[in-house]
Amino acid sequence: MTRPAVRVGPDPRASLLAAAVIGIGVMAAVDEIVFHQLLAWHHFYDRSTPAVGLFSDGLLHAGSLIALVGGFFWFADLRRRAALVPRAGWGGFLLGVGVFQVFDGLVDHKVLRTHQIRYGVDLVPYDLAWNLGGAVLIVAGVVLAVAAGQRRPRS
Amino acid sequence: MIAPTFPAGGPALTHAGHAAGAGWSVAFPLALVLAVLYLTAAARVRPGWPRSRTVGWLVGCALVAGVGSPFVTTFPYFWATDPRTHMLSHLLLGMFAPLALVLAAPVTLLLRVCPPVGRRRIIRVLRSRPARMLAHPITGLVLSTGGLYVILLTPLYAAGPVVDQAVQVHYLAAGCLLTWSLVGLDPSPHRARMSMRVGVLVAAAAAHAVLAKYLYAAAGRMAGELATDARTLESAAMLMYYGADLAELLLALVLFSSWYAQRGRRLARSRTAADRGPTGVPF
Repeated sequence: MTRPAVRVGPDPRASLLAAAVIGIGVMAAVDEIVFHQLLAWHHFYDRSTPAVGLFSDGLLHAGSLIALVGGFFWFADLRRRAALVPRAGWGGFLLGVGVFQVFDGLVDHKVLRTHQIRYGVDLVPYDLAWNLGGAVLIVAGVVLAVAAGQRRPRS
Repeated sequence: MIAPTFPAGGPALTHAGHAAGAGWSVAFPLALVLAVLYLTAAARVRPGWPRSRTVGWLVGCALVAGVGSPFVTTFPYFWATDPRTHMLSHLLLGMFAPLALVLAAPVTLLLRVCPPVGRRRIIRVLRSRPARMLAHPITGLVLSTGGLYVILLTPLYAAGPVVDQAVQVHYLAAGCLLTWSLVGLDPSPHRARMSMRVGVLVAAAAAHAVLAKYLYAAAGRMAGELATDARTLESAAMLMYYGADLAELLLALVLFSSWYAQRGRRLARSRTAADRGPTGVPF
């Protein structure tokens, strides 16, 4: 079995992707630790979840745990090969965090109704803060990623 | 949170016939036999067998033996027929013990102690089509996670002591098969690609989490059938959910760190080649 030689040198695209994978995993961990366990705002299951919500929740939960581990080893591999472009990496990280936040806020909470942000309160300010926060992170991530691309144009 | 709550009514409420993971079971003698076989083989290997692998094997055997004895699984929850006892047995037999056992490279050890004739025969078996299909991650996924759905969602769960023993052996065997196909250290002629292994790991973890939440959601309905109370079933489901997270985290760490190490070796090789070569790429 012949494998292509390992690439060496700056790789903004892989830097962005690896960091985005880490961002997704980190935000999922924050969600689980802070909102489910510490604040106990989110519920494990709130009895209004349809089957597809249960499925999506399981996939997201499992995928993000594995993404966190895989992302870190990918990141370490990029560093080892001197392929890491820090600015692209930060952009990707913010993108990953923001995309997870907005996906969780819109698809999980609203469309699939796995659970709500908090119970027994008016949800509108919470939902707005949650999703606008995510949108700001996405914009910041895109700006950084574009800046990284301009600084080191890829041939 | 997983709180070992003692339901009102106590042991009298629980299913009389159900005893999976309770008392002495076939897992105990099985673990002893596995430990003795491995130690005997490891002692015969010259110039020596890595001690870390022996430790891994013994840790795995200790977990299996623990499930097969009344001490590990019944102690935290006070009585044998608690569904949390079943979940704990499932987690230890199906996820934690297999990881320790697989990392002890048992097939490699077997190849090392066998005479050449036996070795060739083992290799032929490993290369055969049925072994190849059995060792595929998707087979492991169907048998272990699919089997779990069958066991937990059908009357098999409370079918009596004989079935319970078979269920324990199934948890261990299917768990070992899946774990070996994902992170096995033994030489495998047809090791699945990394993308396939990551995909199967995510699929197995997701299916496991979905089943745990489903059981949590159905606790109220199932409690009556299983003659236990809903809160106990709910905490059993949460034990299943979060316990599996820990096992999956360990599996992912082993899987990706072996990828990292393998890639490191490739990088070192390509660097050496570049240094030697007449048109080596300068970097």
